[in-house]
Amino acid sequence: MSLVKPLLASIVAAGLALSAPIPASAKELKMALSAEPSAMDPHFHNLTPNNALTSHVFERLVHFDEKQSLIPGLATSWKTIDEKTWEFKLRTGVKWHDGSLFTADDVIFTMERAPNVENSPGSFALYVRGKTFSKVDDFTVRVTTKEPYPLMPNDLATIAIISKKAATGAKTEDFNAGKAAIGTGPFKFSEFVKGDRYVVVRNDDYWGNKPVWSKVTIRPIKTGPARVAALLAGDVDVIEEVPTTDIARLQGDAKVSLGQGLSNRVIYFHIDHWRDETPFITANDGSKIKNPLKDVRVRKALSKAINRPAIVDRLMEKAAVPASQFLADGFFGVSKKLKPEAFDPDGAKKLLAEAGFPNGFKMTLHGPNGRYINDARMAEAVAQMFTRIGVETKVETMPPAVFFNRASQGAGGNPEFSFILVGWGSGTGEVSSPLKSLVATFDKTKGMGTANRGRYSNPVLDKVIDEALATVDDTKRGELLAKASEIAIEDVGVIVSHYQLNTWATRRGLKYVPRTDEYTIATSVSEQ
Amino acid sequence: MTAYIIRRLMQSAAVVLAMSVIVFLGLHVVGDPVYLLIDPQADQAEIERTIRRLGLDQPIWMQYFHFLKGALSGDLGKSFVHGTSALKLIVERMPATLEIAIAATLMAILLGIPLGLYAGLKPDSFASKSIMATSILGFSLPTFWVGIMMIMVFAVMLGWLPSTGRGPTATFLGITSSLFTIDGLRHITMPALNLALLKISLVIRLTRAGTREAIHQDYIKFARAKGIPTSRIVGVHLLKNIMIPVVTVLGLEFGSLIAFSVVTETIFAWPGMGKLLIDSIQTLDRPIIVAYLIIIVMLFVVINLIVDILYSILDPRVRIGEKSA
Repeated sequence: MSLVKPLLASIVAAGLALSAPIPASAKELKMALSAEPSAMDPHFHNLTPNNALTSHVFERLVHFDEKQSLIPGLATSWKTIDEKTWEFKLRTGVKWHDGSLFTADDVIFTMERAPNVENSPGSFALYVRGKTFSKVDDFTVRVTTKEPYPLMPNDLATIAIISKKAATGAKTEDFNAGKAAIGTGPFKFSEFVKGDRYVVVRNDDYWGNKPVWSKVTIRPIKTGPARVAALLAGDVDVIEEVPTTDIARLQGDAKVSLGQGLSNRVIYFHIDHWRDETPFITANDGSKIKNPLKDVRVRKALSKAINRPAIVDRLMEKAAVPASQFLADGFFGVSKKLKPEAFDPDGAKKLLAEAGFPNGFKMTLHGPNGRYINDARMAEAVAQMFTRIGVETKVETMPPAVFFNRASQGAGGNPEFSFILVGWGSGTGEVSSPLKSLVATFDKTKGMGTANRGRYSNPVLDKVIDEALATVDDTKRGELLAKASEIAIEDVGVIVSHYQLNTWATRRGLKYVPRTDEYTIATSVSEQ
Repeated sequence: MTAYIIRRLMQSAAVVLAMSVIVFLGLHVVGDPVYLLIDPQADQAEIERTIRRLGLDQPIWMQYFHFLKGALSGDLGKSFVHGTSALKLIVERMPATLEIAIAATLMAILLGIPLGLYAGLKPDSFASKSIMATSILGFSLPTFWVGIMMIMVFAVMLGWLPSTGRGPTATFLGITSSLFTIDGLRHITMPALNLALLKISLVIRLTRAGTREAIHQDYIKFARAKGIPTSRIVGVHLLKNIMIPVVTVLGLEFGSLIAFSVVTETIFAWPGMGKLLIDSIQTLDRPIIVAYLIIIVMLFVVINLIVDILYSILDPRVRIGEKSA
């Protein structure tokens, strides 16, 4: 008896020890997204939820790490042969989920299909156009362009490589049904139920680090509070886009841990630079005046009137960082010199007086309601700050679908509003994206300034941007981009407010490594 | 009768046509979703290509003409966002909405009628007064707030029920539904109850009012005098007579449950048609909005038609369509 008892105890203890950790082969993860992916076809729609979902199954030649730095994906290395030719060496021995071998043919096939997907509401054509892909051997691909093109690896980091064998002739529906959803990624397709759930399972033959999770279920839960409730109730393990109002509460909750990180998105204001009389600005008595925003002193005054630390602390509940330029420190091409404009209402009033508006003027600030974190409240707060320096500002917010249409082409193909709140996420993870789209002179034929909704135009800046876009040398390009940012910000081409922080919440025991590109991916979830 | 039905159907076709014109023009005035859908980095050429691809470069009357042409052959257009047939997308989501509507209607009947009967039979008891007071809450509390409170209490605090989503489905007698699995039932309980709250209150009030009125009528008194047991009086004679208004209202409410369960579906992330509609409105996905409204108009037309026909069968005094429709 005296022997049996300890023996029994140790058996029980051993049993407990064995049963306590769930075997690695059967770990499930459930994640809730704030938006609904519309397809399993990685080329159907270039949209964050779609890209995040499909990157479980498909991979790109070049990958973005969680800070959007470029790392090898299906290509192990890349280099320029000459100014206009890039060469990509492909990873050997990579197997598709159906067992066939990944080769250069798949890459060539992908680049032919990606820009030509039927009914695509927003395709990847932008990143393929103007590039000629040719196969050198089974594991080498060359890309040539007409002009020097430094952003080649960044562009190719957006295009998911699909299998020629599985996807020849495939339509978007074939991907959703799983037939063509054969990738090389860490997970295999399992189930796609539109609007309800998307399921992937571990790829045990994956070439890289094998994922911890044997099965991942992704569900869209659009309402913020419902998402938080689903996490608290234990129905899901990870949620993205935690509402800022819940962050403080969740921080104090022992059942939950938060992952918060800088995003590539800056919230800023476009200013009407192009009209001599702008429709939403009048004198205090309501009469028409010349567009005051053309005067750099007025623009500077408005920037000084914004209390960025207060916006970050109170309105954004610390889920933001005051912005000095288009992208935060750490991204490629940012300027080290620029600092966030200090809050200085007296200085702002002085500048207004110097510009000939000692009593200010009347203005309407337009913004979307529901596109960016706390956007409508943000517009109201800034309008009050402007009113305090004498620029009496009204706010008008509208649904995003209406807002972006009017803000882009509401006035006979041109921007309708005088002063708008918008945001910009740099998909390429470097500064040329906002420079090219937001502050370069609007030019349809060159494809520049496409989202320049204030029609800012500065020939000096244009020249620097053009030069940067044609400079393949990284160091030199970085310097040029920084210089361009300085010119645009010092001339107040736009007024920047803050960089958004993205917040994920997981159940305790899990950890989400925040991503600047806002993707929610199972491989970023680890056990603590 | 046949002439009447044909006339009614033609009228409905006119309604559908008028509605589609209004929705088309209305959404055209609001704008198009291109800037919302497209990659912000896209240049003008790409934006214009997308506009062409979605057919939005054509004048609005042309777009409408194309839509009509397709509609006549049963094709209501392709969703801008999903790229697939709008009709198919809606039909795919219909089972989820139907099952939540059926569950809610069942709850309204099973809870509303007994409670209403009790309150009508014993109007002065404490329990009756509590029932009536609670039913006022059912009417007046906003659905979204009750929904969130239910999630907080039953899912987060007590952990009894899953907070959101639809459970796994199973197939029974050729019908695939989440009502046939235990987990599916656990998932549907809260959203269905949330959706049913208003209907339960409505049925309680209708039943109570009917009971109070009928209880004093001669046939009840006569039945009492004949010595028929109370249970039979209430269960057969009384119930039969007060059911007509209740059934009528429930029938119509069932239509609105299917059509407008938007709020409940959104809060509980229920993958039904209502959620599809609200998402589509947010992205100005015109083909889905138009197709959805056409389906709903037809649904109401059919429900009304069935109710009218049932009336004439139930109540011989009602004659359909001899003079005017």
